[in-house]
Amino acid sequence: MEAKKKKLDLGNMSALIVLIVLCLFLSIIQPAFRTSSNIINILQQVTVIAVLALGESLVIFLGRIDISVGSVVALAGIVMGKVIIEAGLPSIVGIIIALALGAACGCFNGVMIAKFRLQPMIATLAMMSMARGAALTIADGNTITGYSNGFRWISVGTIPGTSIPVQILFMILLYIVFWYIMKYRKFGRYIYSVGGNEEATRLSGIDTDKVIIAGYALCGLMAGLASYILVAKLNSAQSTAGLDYEMDAIASSVIGGASLLGGSGNLWGTFVGAIIMIVIRNGLNLMNVSSNLQKLVLGIVILIAVLADSFRQKAAAGKK
Amino acid sequence: MSDNGYLLEMNDITVEFPGVKALDKVKFNAKRGEVHVLLGENGAGKSTIMKVLAGVNTNYTGTIIWKGEEIVAKSIAEQRERGVSIIFQEMNLLKNLTVAENIYLGRQPMKGRNIDWNKMNQDARALLDSIHSNIDEKALVSTLTVGQMQMVEISKALSFNCDILIMDEPTSALTEKEVDALFDIIAGLKAKGVAIVYISHRLAEIMAIGDRITIFRDGKYISTDYVKDLTMDEMVAKMVGRDLTDYYPKVDVKPGEKMLEVNHISEGSVLKDVSFYARGGEITGFYGLMGAGRTELMRAVYGADRYDSGEVIVKGKKMNIRTPEQGKKAGIALLTEDRKNQGLILGFDLTWNVSLTNLDRFMGPFGLDLAKEQKICKELADSMRTKTPSMKQLARNLSGGNQQKVVIAKWLNSNADIIIFDEPTRGIDVGAKAEIYGIMNDLKKEGKAVIMVSSELAECMGVSDRIYVMHEGVMSGLIEGEDMKGLTEEIVVGYATGARESNIKA
Repeated sequence: MEAKKKKLDLGNMSALIVLIVLCLFLSIIQPAFRTSSNIINILQQVTVIAVLALGESLVIFLGRIDISVGSVVALAGIVMGKVIIEAGLPSIVGIIIALALGAACGCFNGVMIAKFRLQPMIATLAMMSMARGAALTIADGNTITGYSNGFRWISVGTIPGTSIPVQILFMILLYIVFWYIMKYRKFGRYIYSVGGNEEATRLSGIDTDKVIIAGYALCGLMAGLASYILVAKLNSAQSTAGLDYEMDAIASSVIGGASLLGGSGNLWGTFVGAIIMIVIRNGLNLMNVSSNLQKLVLGIVILIAVLADSFRQKAAAGKK
Repeated sequence: MSDNGYLLEMNDITVEFPGVKALDKVKFNAKRGEVHVLLGENGAGKSTIMKVLAGVNTNYTGTIIWKGEEIVAKSIAEQRERGVSIIFQEMNLLKNLTVAENIYLGRQPMKGRNIDWNKMNQDARALLDSIHSNIDEKALVSTLTVGQMQMVEISKALSFNCDILIMDEPTSALTEKEVDALFDIIAGLKAKGVAIVYISHRLAEIMAIGDRITIFRDGKYISTDYVKDLTMDEMVAKMVGRDLTDYYPKVDVKPGEKMLEVNHISEGSVLKDVSFYARGGEITGFYGLMGAGRTELMRAVYGADRYDSGEVIVKGKKMNIRTPEQGKKAGIALLTEDRKNQGLILGFDLTWNVSLTNLDRFMGPFGLDLAKEQKICKELADSMRTKTPSMKQLARNLSGGNQQKVVIAKWLNSNADIIIFDEPTRGIDVGAKAEIYGIMNDLKKEGKAVIMVSSELAECMGVSDRIYVMHEGVMSGLIEGEDMKGLTEEIVVGYATGARESNIKA
């Protein structure tokens, strides 16, 4: 009778079980996997994808999609580099500009989709190309490096007195904030409602366009934030950064149990999904699988996750 | 050919949909060269029986005798082969194809492995000429007017060389000139010996072109007569003639202030200068045939759809309502006819569905108070006597009647004072219907302004304190006060069909 709740939990649980089985498996065949340095390594690698996937999840809960986030990561990074390194402005100004730019790109997507009724896939495909093109043009083939330690603290620093990386704590706090928004704020509920049935939500007297635009703006904001974390980690901004990141973000969300039809899913699932993506990659690295072949394997993983989503939908429809 | 000269005889036809008997042992027959009118209220089963004949609805029992032989209508293709053509109410044309392509869709003349475009266009031209239509056979359907599209549909139906042509409300979208052209076509077909089944609500038209008339009511056969033997009033009487029982308990409440006043609303050709008001402590009914504009009117008032001009006054204050958000804020609730797609989020549980209209109510210092939300929503659903094992049940798992109760609970949560029910009992079983009427009466007693759009005449007359009747986008009648006493269904249907002159001053 409590089909929905159970199914949601099951969605999460199954992702968690997959993660545990995966870790056990890798621990056995690759002893290097279970070293603490490798685990910290995994968590550090997961930050960028986890932040992106958080934003992407909001859009997926809305029953929509954003394939432009990887390009927005590149554009925000390049502009931030220009502002900080070449124009010599304070780091904080550059960071704020990167975040604002990300949010603006997302907002643009949202307006195209909500107000002009463009297909989300097409609208964000256009943004994907525009943002990448702008990044390539502005960078003009250069890599922008040489950031201050203060700027890089978020990605390379540790919490004073401990060995906990700042970025891991930051990521977890971010997830807690958004978990709270999704569960306890009207906005979170409206996101699920629009994803569940946009017309019924609109007729319930809710400004659904505003919800959609805000969801996309937050997705873009997360892309700006991920860009900052990435540049700080690599100490360089490149116009080719963030390639294929949108796939990782979408896959994390779907592996975590979100339905591409919208209206269901939760952020902890997404978090687990992002870790699964990184663990698989880490395991393949440890097994010396070439990066080309890794792409193929991850493609299969995404396919399986989407198929699982499709079966879940069918099962739900069949049960009626 | 059988002795009695009938081209078609349908006897004891019964069609059951889950929970409803759409047709109950009805009969219908047709002769060559006649226009046989099929008349009845919305839901009387007119379209259903024709869908049986056309092979669209194959789930029937009963006998069909076609050209003297008993047949089973198993598929559309087979029935078409036999000579049955149907023009549906809904247009079935592909807008991005040409007129000729639409007419010969799926059976284009071929030259080798390619379509013979020349032949197809020539054939289409000849067909259009035969009905004296000057539509360009190479024009894209998207460039045609609705009336022209109707003509293309007719050409398409004729291209099958049919013996019987079924027209389901063919004139609903036509201009007067186009109607005249259609009647000429019908006369021509009659002369050729084609039998025409003509489904329409428009009594004047029926008088003009009908030869015989069969009347259905509530899925049952009533009568077959020669049109010339009946008056319009007799037709209406046969169409509606049922008794009002105590099924609709009326509660006496002294009506309060005008809660909602709508003045001169117009929207394209859908709503033409429509005005009405609704008072607290009263149920204001809206009757009309399909397409009369009642739903469009309510959606405009609530802000769900745009409108060209007009004003909405709520409790004496002129409001600018252009979105549902503003409508809700003004204290209006709209319970749409389509509960599944517009009323509920089927994948959500009941609590989330009920709370959606007014989450502010559950906001605590730390955001949504989920326990309070659960509790209040359960109280609301319980007060509607919603039958559900738990509030965690998904909306999609409830029956139609219980879904409707959840929709009502959802709007009670918004504390609306003006509650608009659009076809509140459609698709709901009899027991739940009575409960919905009870709820509406309770709301009336609380002093709310209840508005009910209904296509069920008995319901509309039984439940409403005042009745507005609409006809083709115009307010065509208002029945209130003393007129409510001794009100007959003939009067209401008269306004709704345009047979009776409007009593509303311009």
